[in-house]
Amino acid sequence: MSISVTDPAPASAPAERPHPRGGVPWAHLLRLLAIVFGVVIVLIPVYVLLITSFKGPGDASSARAWALPKDWTFENWVVAWEALAPSIWRSMQIVVPSTLISAMLGCMNGFVLSRWRFPGADLVFTLILFGMFLPYQAVMIPLMQMLLAVGVPNGVASLILLHVVFGIPITTLIFRNYFESVPHELIESSKMDGAGMLGTFWHIALPLAIPGFVVVLIWQFTNAWNDFLFAVFFSSPANGPVTLALNNLANGALLANYGVSMAGAVLASLPTLLVYILLSKYFLAGLMQGSVKG
Amino acid sequence: MKKVARHYGAPLLMILPSLLLIGIFVYGLLGVNFWTSMTDNHSAAQASGREPVAFVGLTNYIDLLLTEDFRHSLANLVLFTATFLVGAMAMGFLWAWLLERPLRGGRFFQTIYLFPMAVSFVASGVVWRWLLNSNQGESASGLNRLFQMIGLDVLQNPWWNNITFGIVAIALPAIWQLSGYVMALFLAGFRGVPDELREAARMDGASEWQVYRMVIFPQLTPVLMSAIVIIAHMSLKSFDLIMSISSAAAYQTKVPAVDMFLFKSGFDYANSAAVGAFLLIIIAFLIVPYLVQQHRSRTR
Repeated sequence: MSISVTDPAPASAPAERPHPRGGVPWAHLLRLLAIVFGVVIVLIPVYVLLITSFKGPGDASSARAWALPKDWTFENWVVAWEALAPSIWRSMQIVVPSTLISAMLGCMNGFVLSRWRFPGADLVFTLILFGMFLPYQAVMIPLMQMLLAVGVPNGVASLILLHVVFGIPITTLIFRNYFESVPHELIESSKMDGAGMLGTFWHIALPLAIPGFVVVLIWQFTNAWNDFLFAVFFSSPANGPVTLALNNLANGALLANYGVSMAGAVLASLPTLLVYILLSKYFLAGLMQGSVKG
Repeated sequence: MKKVARHYGAPLLMILPSLLLIGIFVYGLLGVNFWTSMTDNHSAAQASGREPVAFVGLTNYIDLLLTEDFRHSLANLVLFTATFLVGAMAMGFLWAWLLERPLRGGRFFQTIYLFPMAVSFVASGVVWRWLLNSNQGESASGLNRLFQMIGLDVLQNPWWNNITFGIVAIALPAIWQLSGYVMALFLAGFRGVPDELREAARMDGASEWQVYRMVIFPQLTPVLMSAIVIIAHMSLKSFDLIMSISSAAAYQTKVPAVDMFLFKSGFDYANSAAVGAFLLIIIAFLIVPYLVQQHRSRTR
């Protein structure tokens, strides 16, 4: 967002709001219609999800597929909650520590890489960044063998480790961009040699980095919570996260009962949706910093 | 030496853990994976180390390319990525354009458009499997039923159960989920165009359309490039959506990421590693030029 220095005609700006210069009322109406059409498309799956989750088994005929439930029932929600609750708890155990640790590592990396111009710093940064685009399929087999050989048990422990390691590139990128955007004078007022750097990091950079942390924590929380790939390879429905349990529920014996899996889908998405709704401003900032420019 | 240690000690200590982890988990394992992909490690006994493996060079890669099954996966990947890319770019760009100028409730609409991004592919897959139900006529539900209700019966189709084009149906939820993200990228691009530029063009007598066409759209090229790289690399790695809507065993929706999982499940580690390597190579064609260009713009 840039603030223009030479604002040409501030007085005329508010009057232009409803339909900017050159715009005609019907163009404005057309634009609104298109926007609302988009909203309808986006919300169709949400409508289906909610109505189906409240339908009883007798209400599942395909003729009434799009109709509201005849009798609203919470039964599906109870069944889904009982099936998913343990895995939701495990997801928390996986996501919270891995998010915190990879954020801390990313903060240190970002700080060092933005402040310490050692020869090859940019190359190191680019090599780290590549990890962000790495198709994990290309390391999966040796990764399984390595964790097995080292003795990291499948389930929560493996997944914490993997989310920390493969979270490093994105957290480093976000923090590096963040520290680049902080005026250098703020940090360089103290001495930048050796031990000075550690002190500077701890006393000055870390407190300054709190907005960066908000962005990184949201981003990593969402990524780790929604992960399915690592979950499939490094855990089972009995010891894995909620994505795996949900997939198991939707494909399992209850296959015929869409109501339960739809209620389960909502339950499994609630934490990330809450984060998104409450902190959407930072969520957006995270998307931006996680993608454009280095 | 002591002086060097004091000078570089602390910062080195701070990034060393990450460098080691990335070095081992990314570059080290990539190396091991390439090795595994060039062995005859095709059985459970070899996978567990009870029987020896031998080096076979590029045999696995060539064999994979010669099987119809894997070529079908590659074709699916191309179809899926093309649909996903075009759909998400068009939708995201349109939404950004619609919301680019100030509008009452604009933020609210942005929030709605972007929300699918916060949901996992597995959760949205549950709904989309219902929507993309292949039943037609009397027993139709999902979108096919909706088409009947609004008098567009001709649009009914078997969705992901079509052998050749089934994968295109799976791209629909992917587009649904990521168009909002592309919109957010383009919105940032639109806002990066200085107001003076627009004003200057208007002063010169350009119509509103000409301002967009001549002044604003060209400025969005870098954003478009970023968006393409991000969506394309996500698309090439797609696995979750396919697994939750269809299944690993479904031939019609197979892609390399699914093959990799199937080979692994069958303890054919060599082929599994080779498929992973194929994915890496495909993605590298996209990512390496992008990273090099970003690296150059940083060092300049």
